[in-house]
Amino acid sequence: MKKKSWLVLMTLVLAFSTLLAACGSGSESGTGTSGQAGEGTASQDLRINMSAEPPTFDPAQAKDSQTNTALKLMYEGLTRMGADGNPAPGVAEKWDVSEDGLKYTFHLRDNATWNNGEPVTAEDFAYAWEHVLSPDTAPASEYAYQLYYLKNGEAFNTGKIKDFSQVGVKVVDEKTLEVTLENPAPYWLGLTSFYTYYPVNKKNVEANDKWAAKADTMVTNGPFTLTTWTTGQQLAWTKNDKYWDKDNIKLNTITASLVNSGATEYSSYQSGQLDYAGAPTGEIPTDQIPAAKQQFPDQFQAKGIASTYYYEFNNKEKPFNNAKIRKAFAMSINRQAIVDNVTLGGQIPAFGFVPPGIKGQTDEYRTEHKDSYFKEDAAQAKTLLAEGMKEEGYTTLPPITLIYNSSEAHQKIALAIADMWKSNLGVDVKTENQEWSVFLNNRQSGNFQVARAGWTADYNDPMTFMDMWVTGGGNNNAGYANPAYDKLIADAKATQDAAKRMDDMSKAEKMLIEDDMTVMPIYYYTSISLVKPNLKGIVVDFSGAIDFSKAYFE
Amino acid sequence: MVRYIAGKFLFMLVSLFILVSLTFFLMKVIPGDPFMSERAVQPQIKARLMAQYGLDQPIPVQYVRYLGNVVQGDLGISMKYQNQDVTGRIAQTFKPSLQIGIFAIIISIIVGIVLGLIAALYHRKLIDHVAMTLAIIGIAVPSFVLATLIQYLFALKLGWFNVMGFSKPSDFVLPVAALAVQPIAFIARLTRSSMLEVLNSEYIKTAKAKGLNGFTIMTRHVVRNGILPVVTYVGPMTANVITGSVVIEQIFGIGGIGKVFVESITNRDYTMIMGVTIFYGVILMLARFITDILYVLIDPRIKLSGRKGA
Repeated sequence: MKKKSWLVLMTLVLAFSTLLAACGSGSESGTGTSGQAGEGTASQDLRINMSAEPPTFDPAQAKDSQTNTALKLMYEGLTRMGADGNPAPGVAEKWDVSEDGLKYTFHLRDNATWNNGEPVTAEDFAYAWEHVLSPDTAPASEYAYQLYYLKNGEAFNTGKIKDFSQVGVKVVDEKTLEVTLENPAPYWLGLTSFYTYYPVNKKNVEANDKWAAKADTMVTNGPFTLTTWTTGQQLAWTKNDKYWDKDNIKLNTITASLVNSGATEYSSYQSGQLDYAGAPTGEIPTDQIPAAKQQFPDQFQAKGIASTYYYEFNNKEKPFNNAKIRKAFAMSINRQAIVDNVTLGGQIPAFGFVPPGIKGQTDEYRTEHKDSYFKEDAAQAKTLLAEGMKEEGYTTLPPITLIYNSSEAHQKIALAIADMWKSNLGVDVKTENQEWSVFLNNRQSGNFQVARAGWTADYNDPMTFMDMWVTGGGNNNAGYANPAYDKLIADAKATQDAAKRMDDMSKAEKMLIEDDMTVMPIYYYTSISLVKPNLKGIVVDFSGAIDFSKAYFE
Repeated sequence: MVRYIAGKFLFMLVSLFILVSLTFFLMKVIPGDPFMSERAVQPQIKARLMAQYGLDQPIPVQYVRYLGNVVQGDLGISMKYQNQDVTGRIAQTFKPSLQIGIFAIIISIIVGIVLGLIAALYHRKLIDHVAMTLAIIGIAVPSFVLATLIQYLFALKLGWFNVMGFSKPSDFVLPVAALAVQPIAFIARLTRSSMLEVLNSEYIKTAKAKGLNGFTIMTRHVVRNGILPVVTYVGPMTANVITGSVVIEQIFGIGGIGKVFVESITNRDYTMIMGVTIFYGVILMLARFITDILYVLIDPRIKLSGRKGA
């Protein structure tokens, strides 16, 4: 008897001591952050939420928008994307471009340093780019193609050239970098502000190949330094006093919680725990948007970004191998109704593929070339459907399934569109949600009839939307194959005549949408966020990428 | 005793092996791979990545390799999070789940047993009815509904606690409460019914007839026997609670292991999926193992001679 009660007691003691141990460590980790809620306007401590932990802090491995947000704070490329959408000087203080637009000479500023005090050199850039392109880099850089603009960049990456000195990057001296491009690309300069082009500290990377796995082994050159990294929980950055432009950086710290729930993020904003909520780092749930607009009219922001939401027809599968049937489907929905009643974020109905916000020749491309490629017209759609069915010899349409990746927002849109197809065309379309990877797998392998899709600009030029539809293109899931289209794109890529370039691309877009209706554009995205009224200086660029580094509280 | 424990332990190892094998093959059956994104990865780069992670090998080869590594205690590195080893990520994200879980367990055991005891002692009195009605509500209301509700009320409306986060002691309160309510209700009901059974049994009547005082009867006989079903429940519950509730972690924004597990599946982060599965498996089986042993220690009716070895 006695022995047994001892055992019970021991168990209890054990359980309790674990608990106490747990408490101890809990409060320790809690002291890491400063500047919590309730402080006045004077404190320059920003609190944001990121819906996912950045999978990497190595610019060569970066590929998603969360990492983009984090790296914009921690690194600086040759240029930095300015609030006006033009590349502004970054590490490079000035640059010269050759007549033919192929050769760039960058002059790095003398006072650009790493956060350990070492100078940022041309060698650091060349080393970083070699690291991205090298076939021996493990894991391989998925965004290496961003450097294919460099002369022989692709050849080196695919292993056709073994010698990096043949690639168009030359270190002239410590502060001068000479870059030669494969083809002249007017938008390339803007790309030097993109993460794949960031420098890395050569000495540090060579010394430790796991340098990016811990906050204290990273050496970075941006306005902020990552100081806290609690897996799955929190990230925090502190102002980097060694940054050359530190006088223009006003925030002391930036803290990001890592919560993957729009509802929780929105509640936290309401309770004052966050200063910024919503896209692109997080999300305001669609069903809360009307309430958010009403509760925070002065804090609610919906900014148009260069992304298109569309449905992709499988041009190789019945019944969408027929252009008339594709047109009938595209013309029989009411985009304004979807935007007004379903998505609620002030999105713009889309009748083209290139969204507003993308530069054209002198003005925005969308202003220079209107997206009047087709009109919504249920009666005409019905006629087209009948004609298309006749051409294919259908008496009734084969069963059609629309797939989308599981998400409440996509689901609502899919149901609304299926309903419009039903009432305007009399066609029953089955909607099916699929888990993200399953969905991508089906879409990328052509195992679908109609699939939801979205495309965001990689760089500020219509080409980022147009060259994906060339025959056999890696992202051409619709299976579009049109030699005339391919030729227009090839011509646009080869020419140096800016007017002809834009003209070729608009002809191609007309072909893609008006003639062939390869995809069905639905709307141009907006980026929806809530920003505290006294929080200023946040830069959201054309693609929706966000830069908090120059933010400040009034 | 040793034979009993050894037997249970062997059983545990075999179950673990089956779990690992099944998960491995099932995981490979789901479409997708760790390198999928809206933008298709170029074929040559994808092939390079697959080779670098050994995913270009036939599945049986991958399986044997993986098992070999696991036996040596190496769970590998995450395929999503660059250069981060699976063990490290599990250890770090398990901490918050464990902390919240342990609090929830202790609170639910104490509160549940006390409530059950009171209800049993005041059988068919008002206090019993109130306690049991509450218990039924507690069991019936799903924890995510309760979590959302208390978050709205205490964090958003009253502002007593943070909506999300896990840095201050007060951040424990809401998630622990949300996690504990269901077990409290369950334990209270279990305790009450088994107490009632014991109270009406012959040996208690005998004890009373022998003239033992009420306190001795309660502590020595009633509670001790009445608590047995609770012990059986507490084992699996512990495993359940400390492995992290995905929903609770999501609602209160806690980066626990539950979130990591779900995320790893969405990401097709193969090594991470396997790592967390093994970790969960070990915890669940250990909990059972300990329950079995505790049961033997507490229940005088189970003899170790093996005749009735549970």
